[in-house]
Amino acid sequence: MELPAPDPSILARRDAILARLRQAVGAEGLITDPVETRAYECDALSAYRCPPMAVVLPKSTEEVARIMRICHEEGVPVTPRGSGTSLAGGALPTADSIILGTSRLNRVLEVDYDNRFIRVEAGRTNLSVTQEVESDGFFYAPDPSSQLACAIAGNIAMNSGGAHCLKYGVTVNNLLGVKMVMADGEIVEIGGPWADLPGYDWLALVTGSEGQLGIVTEAVLRILPRPEGARPILLAFPSNEIAGACVADIIRAGILPVAIEFMDRPVLEAVERFVGAGYPECEALLIVEVEGSEEEIDTELARIRAIAETHDPIEIREARDEADAARIWAGRKSAFGAMGQINDYICLDGTIPVSRLPDVLKGIGDLARKYDLGVGNVFHAGDGNMHPLILYDANDPEEFARAEAMGAEVLRLCVEAGGCLTGEHGVGVEKRELMPAQFSRADLEAQMDVKDVFDPNWILNPAKVFPLTLSAPRRERRRPGAAAGADSPPAPPGQAA
Amino acid sequence: MTTTPLAPASEEALAEIIRDHAARRAPLVIRGGGTRPVGPPLDGEVLTTTALSGVTLYEPGALTLVAAAGTPLAEIEALLTEHGQRLAFEPMDHRPLLGTAGTPTIGGVVAANVSGPRRIEAGACRDTLLGARFVNGKGEILKSGGRVMKNVTGYDLARLMAGARGTLGVLTEVSFKVLPAPETEATLVARGHDAHRAVALLSKALGSPWRVGGAGYLPADLAGGTSETRIRIEGREDSVRARGEKLVRHLGGDWEMVRAEESAALWRELREVLPFVGHDGAVWRISLKPTDGPVLLDLLGQDGLAHHAFLDWGGGLVWLVTPDTGDAGAAIIRGHLAALGGHATLVRASENTRRTVPVFHPEPPRLAALARGLRHRFDPAGILNPGLMDPAPAPLTEHA
Ligand SMILES: Cc1cc2nc3c(=O)[nH]c(=O)nc-3n(C[C@H](O)[C@H](O)[C@H](O)COP(=O)(O)OP(=O)(O)OC[C@H]3O[C@@H](n4cnc5c(N)ncnc54)[C@H](O)[C@@H]3O)c2cc1C
Repeated sequence: MELPAPDPSILARRDAILARLRQAVGAEGLITDPVETRAYECDALSAYRCPPMAVVLPKSTEEVARIMRICHEEGVPVTPRGSGTSLAGGALPTADSIILGTSRLNRVLEVDYDNRFIRVEAGRTNLSVTQEVESDGFFYAPDPSSQLACAIAGNIAMNSGGAHCLKYGVTVNNLLGVKMVMADGEIVEIGGPWADLPGYDWLALVTGSEGQLGIVTEAVLRILPRPEGARPILLAFPSNEIAGACVADIIRAGILPVAIEFMDRPVLEAVERFVGAGYPECEALLIVEVEGSEEEIDTELARIRAIAETHDPIEIREARDEADAARIWAGRKSAFGAMGQINDYICLDGTIPVSRLPDVLKGIGDLARKYDLGVGNVFHAGDGNMHPLILYDANDPEEFARAEAMGAEVLRLCVEAGGCLTGEHGVGVEKRELMPAQFSRADLEAQMDVKDVFDPNWILNPAKVFPLTLSAPRRERRRPGAAAGADSPPAPPGQAA
Repeated sequence: MTTTPLAPASEEALAEIIRDHAARRAPLVIRGGGTRPVGPPLDGEVLTTTALSGVTLYEPGALTLVAAAGTPLAEIEALLTEHGQRLAFEPMDHRPLLGTAGTPTIGGVVAANVSGPRRIEAGACRDTLLGARFVNGKGEILKSGGRVMKNVTGYDLARLMAGARGTLGVLTEVSFKVLPAPETEATLVARGHDAHRAVALLSKALGSPWRVGGAGYLPADLAGGTSETRIRIEGREDSVRARGEKLVRHLGGDWEMVRAEESAALWRELREVLPFVGHDGAVWRISLKPTDGPVLLDLLGQDGLAHHAFLDWGGGLVWLVTPDTGDAGAAIIRGHLAALGGHATLVRASENTRRTVPVFHPEPPRLAALARGLRHRFDPAGILNPGLMDPAPAPLTEHA
């Protein structure tokens, strides 16, 4: 993985730039000590590291605006950061950039049950949003496994999903509005506690834009009433193919579970060894959860059981109560940890059409043999979001290189199967160079055109998402102190009135 | 203006037409079935997508459907029904309200981001959109998203196309997440409430765990003398009955439970805005915070703006008819929305009104500048529905 060489003219002006930032946010909002900035040199993709020039932690939207005005004037790149749990290197800084962190922007601003929304500052953690409303019977639906730590800002930037998104959608489906600071420091408000936008769908553009279009400082989120109850059923099968077929049959029957989780044999073995989950001995295991009243849950689970029985299951276990449910989920919840006990791993998140599950799983197995690496699969089967975990030894650079190469092949396989490179983790630096596997040159130029319109000088998270050589001409237009508008396109043609 | 629209039968032919028109800076009026001519009147040669037709992929077991943009909506709905599935966002048919003829296409539904009463539960059209192919104003064939449920690879240009009404590109193919259709439906109806009381009840229902998939209010003047507060519940027969009973206990008061076909008719009435069919006047569609729905109606009454109105989306969608004279109430309506928050679209009005009143709610200056910036990048020759979403073209600046 490559990062563009830092701009020497920025490094040369470091002290003057930091002085201006200090003036804008006060000494307590600025971290420049290299020992302290160490904590910000990587995100959860910790194989890649680079210390930033400084870290700024504003307390208000106005402070963010002041910081952005300075960076705009000085031509300083900005790496937005929520909690740094990105698995794609989205919050990885460059040496000539400042990190703009949202950790001090964490207040709840408004809770409105009649209109079913909550307005929060964007640095607030995902789980604490649900915690704010759960005693009143509500929740915020997107629930990434990192929800204890990750921030709403990061969720918006990555369009994060969770175990329950088959039914409730991902971040973009649950976001009603944002307050955002543009690259030049202007504050804009988009959407609000009502449906739809009057013109273009700015919310959809900003969601998933990986910190490249603006700094989100506030969010209006849709909250939902908690269902009366939820219970899982565990289905064990002799092969991945059969489990895949069962998933399709459940969906075809008109049942929409809140979650369908899939674990294959290597993951099941790891889970057994490290946490003694007590799962049945099998090749593929499904956990299907349904919601509703007791009677509704009984009916739905009975229907799922009937469908599963047509697929020669090795075992079916239905949760009767909360203790049963917790036992069924325990192994799944510890799956990543259990795999991590075996070795370091790369976690991919390519998504495929559900109908291609069996052959893509087989393809991944073939690649693991070709690269002589262990791989386990644990993923959201209902929506086809795969999470192959490729095991490698971080102390062995050759093995890491092999794991990376295998990862790239797996993602290409997902694209060839009709899927995509990333379902919920984002492109970041990790999958940047693979983008041409999914998009044509014109597709990527069109996306970069959007960035031009929002951030003409490319100061927001510039070295991400797009292959470096493709983005170079646009990134290199940025020059410290470049006058705003210097690169405005020519005036539009006269429009027929 | 020619009388026969251009109707390319392939994406490549469509791209060729656009390249040709871009070179000549000759404007195009982009159409699906032409059933939703919302916006100011447009000049240019008509280009329709109707010859790009057919479902290209349907996998019921993966809840996925892909179709060419010109595919008739009815064809898609029939196919889905056959497999017990549906488009959850329940698109409105604009023909009754606008008095248009023709065949609604799926591309038109996406281009206008058309959603019906179930939007409060299932999201808008754009929420179930998984991907799109389109041709921009330079004649480049582009794609975004795909056919899978989760996709964060690159910017979401597919959703950007939803609601852009052809001004950034002409859709050629769209893919959706479809959902199982329920076994049955029922509507709880309470009579005689005023709008404030009705919305309070709807909020209470929508805040309950009993999965309300429709929440509307028709005042007495549009409901034959007695107002109706309506709550829709869908699902399996036993579940609908049980949830209906729980809701009635939770809400209190008298509720009648209307079943199946009769229930569906109540929602067709709201979705298709039937109360305003055959009603002269300008029709507004206003999206705002649900509890502000009745507040806005009070304010309009105090201002003396003659109107009839009903509510959908738990109060968050106001359908309003005003006299089609002057600005049709635009200044008053949008003045109040500036304070309350929300936006108003002039869905139906005379040509003259639509020429002088911005049909789409004006955006703050910086967002309007971003919109112009995008149009300039996606359609540099300004040939795709020029002026449709930019009622007052201003000099282009990408910086405010
Ligand atoms: C153990 C683990 C489990 C995970 N499970 C899931 C999962 O189930 N589902 C899932 O979707 N993801 C998952 N992730 C990935 C990660 O948690 C998400 O991508 C999360 O949304 C990142 O949030 P963050 O606050 O940590 O953002 P960061 O990592 O700090 O940043 C992520 C991106 O957001 C940008 N950004 C941050 N703040 C702003 C802002 N204010 N304005 C604009 N851009 C901003 C950054 O520049 C970066 O590009 C997991 C990660 C880990 C480590």
